[in-house]
Amino acid sequence: MKDRFNLYRFASPATFYPLAGKLIPWFVALSVVFGLAGLYLGMLVAPTDFQQGEGYRIIFIHVPASWMSMFIYLVMAGWAAIGLAFNTRLSGMMAQALAPTGALMAFLSLWTGALWGKPMWGAWWVWDARLTSELILLFLYIGYMALTAAIDDQRRADKAGGLLLLVGVVNVPIIYFSVKWWNTLHQGSSVNLTKSSMAETMLWGMLLMALCFWMYSIAVALMRVRTIMLERERHTDWVRAELGANSSGAAK
Amino acid sequence: MIHWNSFSDFLAMGGYGLYVWGSFGLNALIMIVEPIVVARNRKTTIARLKRQLRAEDRAETRNTAE
Amino acid sequence: MFKIISAVIGRDLKLAMRRQADIVSAVFFFIIVVSLFPLGIGPEPDLLRKLAPGVLWVAALLATMLSLPRLFADDHRDGTLEQLALAPHPLGLVVTGKVIAHWLVSGLPLALIAPVLGLQFDLSTDALVVLTGAILLGTPALSGIGAIGAALTLGLRGGGVLLSLLVLPLYIPVLIFGAGAVDATVSGLGGEGHLSLLAALTFASLGFAPWASAAALKIALE
Repeated sequence: MKDRFNLYRFASPATFYPLAGKLIPWFVALSVVFGLAGLYLGMLVAPTDFQQGEGYRIIFIHVPASWMSMFIYLVMAGWAAIGLAFNTRLSGMMAQALAPTGALMAFLSLWTGALWGKPMWGAWWVWDARLTSELILLFLYIGYMALTAAIDDQRRADKAGGLLLLVGVVNVPIIYFSVKWWNTLHQGSSVNLTKSSMAETMLWGMLLMALCFWMYSIAVALMRVRTIMLERERHTDWVRAELGANSSGAAK
Repeated sequence: MIHWNSFSDFLAMGGYGLYVWGSFGLNALIMIVEPIVVARNRKTTIARLKRQLRAEDRAETRNTAE
Repeated sequence: MFKIISAVIGRDLKLAMRRQADIVSAVFFFIIVVSLFPLGIGPEPDLLRKLAPGVLWVAALLATMLSLPRLFADDHRDGTLEQLALAPHPLGLVVTGKVIAHWLVSGLPLALIAPVLGLQFDLSTDALVVLTGAILLGTPALSGIGAIGAALTLGLRGGGVLLSLLVLPLYIPVLIFGAGAVDATVSGLGGEGHLSLLAALTFASLGFAPWASAAALKIALE
């Protein structure tokens, strides 16, 4: 029983807000450290790929961005499920704080995919199964953000957005499967970036970059959720106290 | 251990410079601009909320004074 | 259970018959969009035959979207929806009935008119049969998935555009398998595989979507 009580305590904005504030610098620092290490390995140490020359170095951001875009959507759907099941306030705020970062990751994945496709495939855009699915994922992010932005009542926005996320997460595998099926029927298999055997340094570089992206996403989402919390809880005592405390010093 | 012979080699990326630096450039831009936008958003939100709270407090004191 | 569903279907059909103009304009929208493509692309029969499945299906998706915003809006305005939500029988069954009624007035007419439009694109008889079958099989899924979007956007400003933003990405599997069935028939591969996947999608969405829509309606009515 005690554990459950603690869980609810952390889920309450009044406790989560200062906790997030303390955690943000750590995640930023971790992100910078992982990023520098990953860039060092990936950009300076890793050898040339025998098939793709130096152009392959785009994967050090393309793959982490794609992973994060998919992972963030799953996390948002997880928060949505918690929110709909237990009616917690925090889950809707977290989902809304994560969405813009997820959409940016999806966009970054598409952008780097295009810049990598041009020299490798000879075209900026190829209807490759994974790129196409990434594009659809971006549409799903945009749909979620448009829906939550259009609803003024925050409780309804959280719940409707959560339901959309759950519907989306059920559909993502179906969409991926259908796009893959469509892709194999219409064109032969394409050049596969990760298929070519990777040197160990490349793999480490990519993992470090993925960790960097992960920490970055957490840091930005926490920053955003703190603002959302202030906005939504503006009539509570703790926000009053928080704003009063801030007014004496510089507003952080 | 460093793979590159010179800095210009590093910039050229074996002829793929445009693509590689185009990708990393946008990545850097996003990771710098997004936190700035979030931080600025936070500042304006805090300022607006403070203004609202002060206005509410003033209205309250006026009501109690009457 | 079936009594509730059929009662809702009967009621919705009766209401739809009073607004026949809506049904007719959706069908004409479909016809006009499909007829615009040859004008934009050029009249070469080979090219048109290749494009026909995609063009017809995309136009069918868009035509289905037209009538979706009104799926719950009228009942919401006159308060019927709130009564239905409070009624003892599950709201999911009511939505199932409304989805079927929506398909009868939006999907079915498209399937009936599609073979005629297919003729404009020089499709063979086999392809026309598969096209009609695919649209018959696929449009119920469109109505089902669309109901979720209609429920989520109920009563919102700019609901129509938002609805298409939410729903069109979810329509992609139906589009792929529906157009793929016709495409496979045209190229002589046989569309059975596509059609069975399309049927699976339709059954899955008819089983799942009404309950998701019912949940969304309850959120909107709170």
